[in-house]
Amino acid sequence: MSEEFFIQGNEACAKGAIAAGCRFFAGYPITPSTEIAETLARELPKVGGSFVQMEDEIASAGAIIGGSWGGAKSMTATSGPGISLMQENIGYAFMSETPIVIVDVQRGSPSTAQPTMAAQGDMMQARWGSHGDYEPIALSPSSVQEFFDFTVKAFNLAEEYRVPVFVMADEVIGHMREKIVVDENIEIVPRKRPEKSDDFLPFENIENGTTPMPAFGDGFNIHVTGLTHDERGYPDTNNPETHDKLIQRICDKVLNNKDKICSLKAENCEGADIIIVSYGAPVRSVVEAMKRSDKKVGFIKIDTPWPFPDEKIAELTKDAKDILVVEMNLGQMYYEVDRACKRNSNVHLMGVIGGLLPTPDEILEQVDRLGGN
Amino acid sequence: MTEHKQNRFLPYLREDRLPHIFCPGCGNGAIINAFLAAMEKAEMDFDNIAMVSGIGCSSRIPGYLKCDSLHTTHGRALSFATGLKTANKDLDVVVFTGDGDAASIGGNHLIHAARRNINLTVICINNNIYGMTGGQISPTSPKGSFGTTAPYGNQDTPFHLAELVAAAGASYSARWTTVQIENLVLSIKEGLKNPGFSFIEVATQCPTYFGRKNKLKTPTAMVAVMKANTVFKSAAERMKPKELEGKIVVGEFANTQKDEFTENIDKISVEKSGKRTLINSAYEAEL
Amino acid sequence: MRTEIRICGFGGQGIILAGIILGKSASLFDDKEAVQTQSYGPEARGGASKCEVVISDSTVDYPKVQSPDILVAMSNEALMKYIVDLKDGGTLIVDPGTTDVEDVKEFIEEHNIEVYEAPATKTATDEIGLKIVANIVMVGAITKITKVISKEAAIKAIEVSVPKGTEEKNIAAFEAGYALAD
Repeated sequence: MSEEFFIQGNEACAKGAIAAGCRFFAGYPITPSTEIAETLARELPKVGGSFVQMEDEIASAGAIIGGSWGGAKSMTATSGPGISLMQENIGYAFMSETPIVIVDVQRGSPSTAQPTMAAQGDMMQARWGSHGDYEPIALSPSSVQEFFDFTVKAFNLAEEYRVPVFVMADEVIGHMREKIVVDENIEIVPRKRPEKSDDFLPFENIENGTTPMPAFGDGFNIHVTGLTHDERGYPDTNNPETHDKLIQRICDKVLNNKDKICSLKAENCEGADIIIVSYGAPVRSVVEAMKRSDKKVGFIKIDTPWPFPDEKIAELTKDAKDILVVEMNLGQMYYEVDRACKRNSNVHLMGVIGGLLPTPDEILEQVDRLGGN
Repeated sequence: MTEHKQNRFLPYLREDRLPHIFCPGCGNGAIINAFLAAMEKAEMDFDNIAMVSGIGCSSRIPGYLKCDSLHTTHGRALSFATGLKTANKDLDVVVFTGDGDAASIGGNHLIHAARRNINLTVICINNNIYGMTGGQISPTSPKGSFGTTAPYGNQDTPFHLAELVAAAGASYSARWTTVQIENLVLSIKEGLKNPGFSFIEVATQCPTYFGRKNKLKTPTAMVAVMKANTVFKSAAERMKPKELEGKIVVGEFANTQKDEFTENIDKISVEKSGKRTLINSAYEAEL
Repeated sequence: MRTEIRICGFGGQGIILAGIILGKSASLFDDKEAVQTQSYGPEARGGASKCEVVISDSTVDYPKVQSPDILVAMSNEALMKYIVDLKDGGTLIVDPGTTDVEDVKEFIEEHNIEVYEAPATKTATDEIGLKIVANIVMVGAITKITKVISKEAAIKAIEVSVPKGTEEKNIAAFEAGYALAD
């Protein structure tokens, strides 16, 4: 059995969160993400969940980390200005290996800029926004259905790897309405509870890097800190080896599973002179452009900007003459694509700012300019 | 020969983390003792206590206590604690914080947590200075006091935290100093039992930084000055503002009953779903 | 086939809901695909409001309306502003009570526009006794004139989109609008 809805992207995200088991949301109103908070304020109490409107985004990020250690799958949703404020606590979540989901419905930026217009200017902030070394996971939906699906997936990945996961949406996907199909049986990943033992190490250096996470109140007497800590969780800030081991492990647990985490969709790449790479809302324009084009144009849609699927992209584009990256900023993922495949081809940027989705005709113009078969 | 007696609170400590990092003469030890005594008097289940703290000397206390502890980012302990308490309303959540952590970088969270009257017990250790970073002035540093960032004397007017928090809506707020340990214990006990936001400010000595910068070289000298400057709230009410300059007013500033934040969330949950909010739902495969 | 529809008027007329009902009808009850988008601005109630729907037999990729096949105007200001995007040979539906097609006569003639007048506001007030259902009256007129959605689908979509207890009034409004275009 499945159910169909004709709803906004932001509502689909909220629905996905509930389906994934989210039972705690803390947030602060910000356009164009507010409908996520509004929907969850209405729906969470119906399923035994808690909704809190915090005093700002710093507090929102802190509250969901607290909520997660309190035993609830937790989420916040915001836009650019809010994601900027959250960065310190997001870094804390990486350091303390706290599963949380952060939804960013991107708008024109920097600063307050264009609250009601679309952009993809926060992609690098999801990657490097907090200080120090860490490996984020980020998903970018390009339809209302994907906003639902990727929110579910974000919770599953967060639990599987004990990490913060970003859903990097944009104003177009957040605000548009289309049909989604919700299956009755959605696969969700429950948190693993560790076995009771006196020598349990909540931050153990185990091989796959992810230790089961107890909740506060479970009787493990755990200590969670943002300071460099040993496997027990105790601060050990001046020992280079402790720091190195800890940070390597929290990076490796994502990097070593890149094959499982990374997702992209490729079409027509074989034999194409030109391959377009895109993610999020502009994907919609690219697909329309390809339908209207009489050329053989390859297309790669990135579902997971982070970790960046560099090896897959390098492989798919190895014979292409030109690669066109279409994104709504002045070049962010473009540099990643360039890094992944520059030895093989020319990488070009179609960076669109101003708030409007690039039109299929504008993309076709760029394709024609490049020539190709 | 005197027999070396084991501190009766030792079972509550993470012995594997000792010795602690606090300076000789620091008030934190006396405050830990006061907290544990109050906890016993309040007949709390120690295993059900979860501690949250921010950054600073006082925020290191939960790391030495053998319970679940969340040592968070600077100023944000109350945000994390709000999430923790809301996610699991059965936990007794205690927050250790300091004047810089709670009133400067975390000032906004402090007034909002008080406004919500969320059931947290906050022990704010006020030493009038930043100890961890080496003696800079804080929002509670007295006018004219010296710090490494106030080499010519502090020009700013300090906050009075217990009064501020009471005005912001907390159902319990009190201030004591490390001199009035018995009153402090009773207030912490009151705070632990109060089903709302409880704020206990403890004025304390920092001989290493505040003392050295302000010609109070020994812990005893600091305690003596603190004692001399202490005025009970009932007496203070009859004094003029001029007479109260530089004084530490001790007593209770709020002790009342109000709606509590997480109870309200539970009420809506019961109304809309027929049950209280779920606890530890993250571990469930099906909800 | 891809059909682009733009409905415009002023805030408070229920322009957005009218568009949502079209999208819902097509995608949930007519076995078609649809995307609905709308303009978001800091304007207060009473300002310009615009809602767009793309309806297609196959997947709607590009979600925005570029050059509408159908323009529905419920205020003169919106009519003047948006008429210029209307496709050659496109369909214009106006509420004569709130617009004046004389103002865009030249465009209509030059671009071979098919014009329909649906007095939605007057019908809502006179026949239903509720001015606020003018948007649903308009949905009825759009359904009949353009056939972009089926009558059955529209009724089902209205039933699940309007506040509980107001279904009957709204269906009556739809029927009245549908009858207007006879």
